[in-house]
Amino acid sequence: MTAPTEAPRQIVIVGASLAGLSAAHALRDVGYEGRIVLIGDENEPPYDRPPLSKQVLRGLYSAETSLPQRADLNATFRLGVGALGLDTLAHRIYLSDGTQIVYDRLLIATGTRARPWPNGAEAASSNVYTLRGHADAEHLARGLAGKPRRVLIIGGGFIGCEIASCCRDLGLDVTLAVRGALPLVHALGSVTAAFMRDVIRDRGVDLRLETEVARFQPDADSRVVAAILRNGQRIEADCVVAALGALRNTEWLAGAGLAVSPKGVRVDTHCRVLTATRAVVPDVFAAGDIAHWPSAIYGNRLLAVEHWGNAVAQAETAARNMVAGEAGLIPYDHLPDFWSQQFGLNIKLVGLPTGANQFAVVQGSLRDRRFIGVYGAQGRTVAAVSVDSARWLPAYRAAVAEATPFPPIVGALDQADIRPQPLARAVS
Amino acid sequence: MNGTLFQQILDPANRADPYPLYAEMRRTPVSRQDDGSYVVSTHAELYRLLHDPRISSEDLPDPPLFRWTGHPLSDLFVRPVRSRITARHRPFIFRDPPDHDLLRRQVMREFAPARVRAMHRKAEQLTHALLDGLRDRTDLDLVDDFSYPLPVTVICELLGVPREDEPRFQGWATQLATALEPDRRTDRENAGRTEEAFTAITDYLQGLIKEKRRAPQDDLLSGLAAEHDGERMNDHDLVATAVLLLVAGHETTVNLITNGVLTLLRFPEHLERLRREPEVAPRLIEELLRYEPPVHYRTRLARADIAIGGTTIPEGAPVVLLLASGSRDPLRFADPDRFVPDRANNQHFGFGGSLHYCVGAPLARIEAEVALVALAQRLQAPRLLADPPPYRPGASLRGPRHLLLAIDAVTPSASAELAA
Repeated sequence: MTAPTEAPRQIVIVGASLAGLSAAHALRDVGYEGRIVLIGDENEPPYDRPPLSKQVLRGLYSAETSLPQRADLNATFRLGVGALGLDTLAHRIYLSDGTQIVYDRLLIATGTRARPWPNGAEAASSNVYTLRGHADAEHLARGLAGKPRRVLIIGGGFIGCEIASCCRDLGLDVTLAVRGALPLVHALGSVTAAFMRDVIRDRGVDLRLETEVARFQPDADSRVVAAILRNGQRIEADCVVAALGALRNTEWLAGAGLAVSPKGVRVDTHCRVLTATRAVVPDVFAAGDIAHWPSAIYGNRLLAVEHWGNAVAQAETAARNMVAGEAGLIPYDHLPDFWSQQFGLNIKLVGLPTGANQFAVVQGSLRDRRFIGVYGAQGRTVAAVSVDSARWLPAYRAAVAEATPFPPIVGALDQADIRPQPLARAVS
Repeated sequence: MNGTLFQQILDPANRADPYPLYAEMRRTPVSRQDDGSYVVSTHAELYRLLHDPRISSEDLPDPPLFRWTGHPLSDLFVRPVRSRITARHRPFIFRDPPDHDLLRRQVMREFAPARVRAMHRKAEQLTHALLDGLRDRTDLDLVDDFSYPLPVTVICELLGVPREDEPRFQGWATQLATALEPDRRTDRENAGRTEEAFTAITDYLQGLIKEKRRAPQDDLLSGLAAEHDGERMNDHDLVATAVLLLVAGHETTVNLITNGVLTLLRFPEHLERLRREPEVAPRLIEELLRYEPPVHYRTRLARADIAIGGTTIPEGAPVVLLLASGSRDPLRFADPDRFVPDRANNQHFGFGGSLHYCVGAPLARIEAEVALVALAQRLQAPRLLADPPPYRPGASLRGPRHLLLAIDAVTPSASAELAA
């Protein structure tokens, strides 16, 4: 299939969150003057999610985290409407209100939702929560404001840890149940994850490692009063948060013949989606959490990330390519990065520690709880993490982008002897 | 590489329009000069080096040999001791972490938003008073009549320097600012004058600090001099910090305001727009900081070999961060040589970047906004009498020495009572 030759007059964006809105902005930035329709299944205009698991839960500000929209965006929002199906041959989307919409170009930006607690009846209890959207955050914030005696958080990823941090800030007792040997290990690797384990415990969280929750124990009103672990132990808790990661919202694409998997929708390096037989669909693009994309920086390894920066950057590339001709297509070569704020620490990571087998602290120290760590794979620098040291990270970002020999940046300020150590448990 | 290009930038003959030289400079993003220093001129490389932990700001040369005064006690004892103290207690613009961070944190605490906001009212009163003073004039030198006195009075007020002592600062500040011009600070004669100015301002400030400790007032110097959480900045660091704030307050905002008026007179449609829509001021000033910044470059030292921009800056090499060139980099800014007051995503280097980002930025923004809006609204039919204007000598703290304007009149202030 070749690039569509007609300039688009109607661009439809399914998913009205960060990626969708960023794409709309980028379309106007590059001078696209046609129609833009944003379709979102939530009832509110695009909003920012990172504060939901941080400031909002702590009651620092209300759940009002709307994303700014430029005054001349001139886009049509169809909110509270979900997409149910896609016909790429007819250029048609079937919507939950029974209508259909046709497009000249389509951006798939439907993102993810929280993975629910697997037992549906238990998940429906009024004191069992998940966190993904505004409504979730408001609901959970109300639950926490009711001063539960103990909050049980299931899942040791970033959302679980950030919620635990908020709970401690609110003075609540917290148990954090983590299935693996360390929290955050998939994102940070074993050394930094072990560091975080100590921080989390120091801050008064009852951190249970290698712990799996089997079921909940309800009271007469079906409210959870305790969780029963696989090993038979019982944890009393009157507030439970399932922080089990995310599921990609791909269901509406079933039957469209696209390359869809639990990791999202496959796209090529120009953010154009692929069919099940890996042919390019030239007028359908995907960006953000939903996209499963080849990373040029990491040798075209396929990535599926849930990062704020990726949603923005990928949406911008997709938007440019939607209005470019075949010759004007630009490749997407973003270096993954993310940040977290928890337990009083600012944590930032650039690059991909996946597959790293070496780690070294290159500035500061774990003891001071202020450091830069770098990750090496096959002698190259593949990622860097900063804990309360973000000001130096741009230099390491460049080192990662250039795959500088490991360890990079010798001779830095506050640099002790660099002692690379093996990553005990290579991140998968 | 081309060792003469940066020398051309330093050459006063090119002061009025260094931008074509910057464009040439950017063809080699990191360019070695004949003297072994490296000039960095592109946005990406500047951004990266501003955040590089191998870059040091402790790049001042050791104090120069003195000129003999003929007084043995002074020449053999007092001055060498003073000089060693000075070398150890440099202002935090010339310090690296962790010392830098400790000093800067204390200054930031005193640059509290409430105190800066209070200066907003002060700046408005001063601005209108200065303009009221020009009421009968049909020509003026914007620098001497307005852009210089405004920030000087504001910074003295903020610090708590008595108004009657202000005139003494002007000479000291101008001399001390030459420490930011590498070609001038290595000149021995100039270094001698700097030492004298530093001695004089130090003596003055030590007295003032003693006074602030005895009878603290609600000013920045009293705040810095006081004890916080059981810690107190030592006197040497306190003097160095006060000198830095005074010099920075004297020598930078003047350029921002003057460059602003010069630019607006070159593009009268934007002057007219500012007059009618003063709410465009904040973004217009950001563009000004990109397009005609008050500080054009800063110097650093490489603490280790740094591979960047296709070359390696060797350990020990002086590094010139040509910030004003990065702010005109076409790889970062569309149409970089055009003045676009509502430019989006304007990540300029007008206030530097990273850990040495200008502490006074919020104050400078306020002063520039108050000044430019008032000038736009009250100067009737302003015309440039000389374009380009004569420039001050510095290539780093670059700005007109005079900006001669003809005007029809100064409109009486709508808020004249403010100035009363």
